[in-house]
Amino acid sequence: MTDPKRPSTVMSWLDERLGLSSVKELAMHKRVPMHKHSIWYYLGGMTLFCFIVQVITGIFLLLYYRPSAEAAFESVQFIMTDVKFGWLMRSIHSWSANLMVFFAFVHMFSVFFMRAYRKPRELTWVSGAVLLMLSLGFGFSGYLLPWNQLAYFATKVGTDILGEIPLIGHWLLTVARGGEDVTGATLTRFFGVHVAVLPMITTVFLLVHLVLVQKHGMSKPIGKEYENTPQMPFFPNFAVRDLVGWTLALGILVTLSSLFPWELGVKADPLAPAPAGIRPEWFFVFMFQTLKYIPGQVLFINGELLGIAGFTLGGVALILVPFLDRRAQREERNAVVSAIGWTVLLYMVVFTILGYM
Amino acid sequence: MNIPYHRSVLLIVVPLVVLCLPAISDAESSCISCHTDLPVDELSQPAQNFTADLHNLAGFGCQDCHGGDPTVGMDDYELAHSASKGFIGVPDEQEIPGLCASCHADVEFMKQYDPKLQVDQLLEYRSSHHGKLLAEGDDKVATCVSCHGVHGIRPIDDTRSSVYKTNIARTCAGCHSDEDYMAEYDIPTKQFAQYKESIHGRKLMDEGDLAAPTCNNCHGSHGATPPGLTSVSNACGSCHANNLEYFNQSPHNDAFAMMEIGKCETCHGHHDVEQPTREEFGIGEDSKCLDCHSEGDAGYTAAKVMAEGYDSLETTLDQARELLERAERGGVDVSLGKFDLHSADDALIKARTAVHYFDTTKYNEVVQAGLIDAQKVIEQGHEAVDDLEMRRIGLAFTIPVILLVALALYLRVRQIERTKPYA
Repeated sequence: MTDPKRPSTVMSWLDERLGLSSVKELAMHKRVPMHKHSIWYYLGGMTLFCFIVQVITGIFLLLYYRPSAEAAFESVQFIMTDVKFGWLMRSIHSWSANLMVFFAFVHMFSVFFMRAYRKPRELTWVSGAVLLMLSLGFGFSGYLLPWNQLAYFATKVGTDILGEIPLIGHWLLTVARGGEDVTGATLTRFFGVHVAVLPMITTVFLLVHLVLVQKHGMSKPIGKEYENTPQMPFFPNFAVRDLVGWTLALGILVTLSSLFPWELGVKADPLAPAPAGIRPEWFFVFMFQTLKYIPGQVLFINGELLGIAGFTLGGVALILVPFLDRRAQREERNAVVSAIGWTVLLYMVVFTILGYM
Repeated sequence: MNIPYHRSVLLIVVPLVVLCLPAISDAESSCISCHTDLPVDELSQPAQNFTADLHNLAGFGCQDCHGGDPTVGMDDYELAHSASKGFIGVPDEQEIPGLCASCHADVEFMKQYDPKLQVDQLLEYRSSHHGKLLAEGDDKVATCVSCHGVHGIRPIDDTRSSVYKTNIARTCAGCHSDEDYMAEYDIPTKQFAQYKESIHGRKLMDEGDLAAPTCNNCHGSHGATPPGLTSVSNACGSCHANNLEYFNQSPHNDAFAMMEIGKCETCHGHHDVEQPTREEFGIGEDSKCLDCHSEGDAGYTAAKVMAEGYDSLETTLDQARELLERAERGGVDVSLGKFDLHSADDALIKARTAVHYFDTTKYNEVVQAGLIDAQKVIEQGHEAVDDLEMRRIGLAFTIPVILLVALALYLRVRQIERTKPYA
């Protein structure tokens, strides 16, 4: 006969040793304000879902992928043609990667416009901004791994930009490429960065981000109309709602991957002329297009260098948003900050569209 | 260290002389400096054009062809152009090949500039139709300068050269398409018009495909001669080697020789050669086989069998291609199948060449090999299409399951919020 008290005994035993009750407390105390903008609260979870999918499908691909210029393309081709459901895993990995970056951007803008970075959530924003940049790093490093023609030349153009940085540019370029040119050495180190370095850093920042979100709960937008909004417990109410979204997202991922599997293209040939219409992945296109528009020389400064400096400053400003928007810290709306946000969003959308025209 | 007086003078004078040589050399070019500004085009143009001439760039001067003395300066016209200084003026047409050959046929001399350079142009030219007519006293025929130009000669691999591959046909046409100029020779003048519309002409002149032949590839360059009936097929065979080899083994070889008709041009033409089509062989309306053969004879039967074999191979390859494309449109990776299809497609090219056996047994061997390859691709195509259908079926089953799970979770949300309403 089983002892009905046994499970709780096991839990108590584990609690005494692992301190599970404090984790449970952290999970249970969080509340989600319910108002007309609550839909945006799902986007962080959606980004996390895509990340989990990336980890699972990434591990699957890792079983077959061979990171060398001689074998990379063929191993991906093998995954796509000979491995059972290999095509599905690779397509889900590619689609999910793009959706992850998309949701990360939308999440970031929603948090920005709701001023959710206000005290005490400044570090939640900082860790989130770093996670967004890490996602872009995942995208850039993963793009080259199939070693196809388009990715090869896009990486060549992308890493060329590093060489423009004064003083350390050439050193950075050779470090990124593992030599002067994009070769098998570049592929190997991009692989290392993609499957070891970035996941390690991301895990740390993700844990910090999630713990902070749990600790501080969801932020209410600025304004009196939100003062008496009802609060939904995160567990189980909001978590199950999240699960509904995740399940639907899985359905969308499977449908996209089945109907529009990610193409492999043709194997990279360093001696072939660059194919027409090389461009980076869509989330870098607005930067790529901007660099194309900047004149070669602006006053006495190299135009490309000016663009890179602008993007670097933009990245730093993004991280420092909570410390720059002083009025939000006083629970006041700032029209200038909103205008900057909308301008940046409009600029990114317009320049991305221009890049595809 | 003590240096003797005369040696120390040499140490100063020799470097000075070496340093001043270019200046002295420039000062010596009185031909160019005088002729460039002459008011008569006939006299000034050569000097102006010569600045871009490869001979000028290699360090040669006017005097190397025309004689005379360019060092006397601009004031002594008589001395510069005197016979005592070797001045010959404008070389006579008859003199030109020999004059050019005085350097270009000198192996030792030409080696200095490029050890690979041809040095037998004069010998070839004398064997050519042009050379023979010139020897007979005909000054209208082409000599070196007629094709290569004069005073503005560029290397043959310079796209601006009149004998760069894409320009050769136009250069030849300069004389050969001129009805008045060619009237006394009694040869056709429509070759260029026909050539530029032919598959060879379009490939070379329109598409810039340097593998396509131009006049000199069939007629020769310095030894240009119209290929006779027996040698025209060798000209074609220098590129279309298999076609000629198969033809030589075919029953047509002896038959054509007996009828004194050309091996290649009888069916394909020469200057106006076109891209061969499937309709040109077999028993259709446009078949060239039916120019000689008719229903009931062995040639007619062979043409019918070969056409059927070709059509069967083409249809099978199309079927394989259609299957692969269908699977590819659905997102299935068929790169390996396409690779195999590419090699199976080669069988079609081989079959077109094998037609020249005019032997159904040999021809069918080629077609059968192609059919076997095509059949393998069809199997790959079927597998890819089956894979695509399985993906669709899998999706059709998966989506309802996912939606059901989502629905169940949603109902759970409703249940939680009913039993534990939040505020």
